[in-house]
Amino acid sequence: MRVGFFFTCLVDLMRPSIGFAAIRLLESAGATVYVPPSQTCCGQPGYNSGDRQGAIALATKLVAEFEGCDYLVAPSGSCSGMIKTHYADLFRDDPDMLRRSGALAAKTWELTDFLVNVLKIDRVPGNFTGSVTYHDSCAGLREMGVKQQPRALIGKMRGVELRELTECETCCGFGGTFSIKYGEISTRLADNKCEFIARSGADAVVLGDLGCMLNIEGRLRRRGDMKTRVLHIAELLAGESA
Amino acid sequence: MQVASMHFKELAHQNMGNAQLQRNLDKIKGKFVAKRRESLVELDDFEGTREAARAVRQRALDNLDAWLQIFEKNATARGATILWAETPDDVNRHVLDIAARHGVRKIIKSKSMVSEESALNRAIEAAGLQVIETDLGEYILQINDYEPPSHIIGPALHKSKEEVSDLFARVHGTALKTGIGELCLEARKVLRTHYLSADMGISGGNFFVAETGSVVLVTNEGNATLTTTLPKVHVAISGLEKIVPTLEDVATLMRLLPRSATGQSISNYVDILTGTKGAGEFHGAEHMYFVIVDAGRSGVLAGELKEALRCIRCGACMNHCPVYQNIGGHSYGWVYPGPIGSILTPAYIGIENALDLPQASTMCNQCGVVCPVKIPLPDLQRKLREQQFDRHLRPWSERLGLRLWSWLAGKPVLFAFATRVGARILAWMGGRERLIHKLPLGSGWTDGRDMPAPAGKTFRELYTARVRGERS
Repeated sequence: MRVGFFFTCLVDLMRPSIGFAAIRLLESAGATVYVPPSQTCCGQPGYNSGDRQGAIALATKLVAEFEGCDYLVAPSGSCSGMIKTHYADLFRDDPDMLRRSGALAAKTWELTDFLVNVLKIDRVPGNFTGSVTYHDSCAGLREMGVKQQPRALIGKMRGVELRELTECETCCGFGGTFSIKYGEISTRLADNKCEFIARSGADAVVLGDLGCMLNIEGRLRRRGDMKTRVLHIAELLAGESA
Repeated sequence: MQVASMHFKELAHQNMGNAQLQRNLDKIKGKFVAKRRESLVELDDFEGTREAARAVRQRALDNLDAWLQIFEKNATARGATILWAETPDDVNRHVLDIAARHGVRKIIKSKSMVSEESALNRAIEAAGLQVIETDLGEYILQINDYEPPSHIIGPALHKSKEEVSDLFARVHGTALKTGIGELCLEARKVLRTHYLSADMGISGGNFFVAETGSVVLVTNEGNATLTTTLPKVHVAISGLEKIVPTLEDVATLMRLLPRSATGQSISNYVDILTGTKGAGEFHGAEHMYFVIVDAGRSGVLAGELKEALRCIRCGACMNHCPVYQNIGGHSYGWVYPGPIGSILTPAYIGIENALDLPQASTMCNQCGVVCPVKIPLPDLQRKLREQQFDRHLRPWSERLGLRLWSWLAGKPVLFAFATRVGARILAWMGGRERLIHKLPLGSGWTDGRDMPAPAGKTFRELYTARVRGERS
């Protein structure tokens, strides 16, 4: 099984440890991970900002890079959701690309969904001990159907106590470029999220999208909370040595 | 209605800083969100019902011209008069003409958001006639010098009980009341006299039923029933998209409308009004008019935002929107707030007059999943963003940034180099605590948040090094 790993541009630049953690999890479950070296961005920033042509160019590039793999897996509900649910719209006027992107979309997975439902992983290597709370990032939840998968995986970790987060399905306010264009509203939403995280009393908040992580961690720190850790689900599951 | 949508950011800022408003907005979650969720449990197949409701609305839109003609024929046959309003001004003109024809001096009105588009009440008063809103929320706003509504089904949702108490005492000249029941009774007492003395009643229309020529009104206070049956003239005003083919279709939609709106299985009142009062009939108006409003809708019907016209005005999208919940309806600057407003406002009054609205969304799609007629709201917001981009309505810096990004990301070697440099700069900026407190060009982020800084090397670099290490 050749799994094409789309590490995403944000992980590339901001937090490589997520990429290594994801690879460790995939390999621990027996997958052969292939990382297309020329990969960059799925096109979502342009797509959501109205630059359709820019997005089409990047999507075309990504399809060519990954279509030879058995699967495409990304440690992000947002980027995998872009490929799985939005490429069809991008290529609506191009029958050939519509067919090719459709074939890729059919084998595109968000990491935890893939671990649970394809690899059917039964053990996770992570060694975290303490309490965590889980935030459902929007695209993972509403585009990729990621809800129980991360919780099931966390449930396999002996030392971890999962505390449910109030309003765990409410947006953290990131929203891509929204976070900068409407910084004040974005910050307010992040602040609401931080309030519920604080109330959960968990040692760490865990989630599956780096954009939301930066938003939540950025607000937590500005609020003066230097203690609550903000972890990607892959980092939690793979453990420190990833 | 005055358009303030271009002041979105400023209004949102003010409203986020208004502590009283924030307390009032907090109630939305318990009031609407929780009740909707509880009421949907009664349906054994929510998604199936939702799909049926979507299909009903879509069927109407797909042949809207034909259904409108059928409606006109059937309504006319029952003695009603159909008037077409191409513009908001036409709405006002028609209403004033009708009033003049029947010697009307006093008008009572039940809720109509369409009439807000044309600021109908102001036009009526300018013509020297009296108009009284009878929906409690609308009445509160009217006596507060026509404050604009902040929500499509709870127009005065932004007001607390205490604010209404003060307002009533001031305007009615009565003693300050404290209970909601007392306040309602006071409003009722004031309004009852008007029902009996009005010459004309204006209502909105939740649905126009093609097969019977009826208008359907979904209300909770009973005011619409009185408004439409006591005066001798009834004028129902609604958008041309509100057509549904059959009464059975109405039944399908009614399974979701009250549940999505207020979490009720059924609203307290559902009026289905057909034709004028016939010989021997006790209830009903002697003269019945339908004002069917275009005001931008036919243009939407022909374009890529068409699905927005499926809207049945339940308000679920705004009730569930994290942005709306925090900034309130007035921030959106026109008649329709929240996610559906972010589509309808630019569609009806011009994309260039509401540039922020389709952008001011995290695209979390909570609105899309609760919409009872499956309007893909974030997708429509994205289409408006594309139109803004194509028509050069975005700032040049944003355009340049996006073009630069897609150019760079299309060149892997250059991209790898740029991200290597970028990661190092960000790491340096983050210092020892690995937090960036101020980002040049990114103050929108760092005014309220830190930016967690990277460690200094990109994933690509580290991965390449690891693979090389394994090979050697």
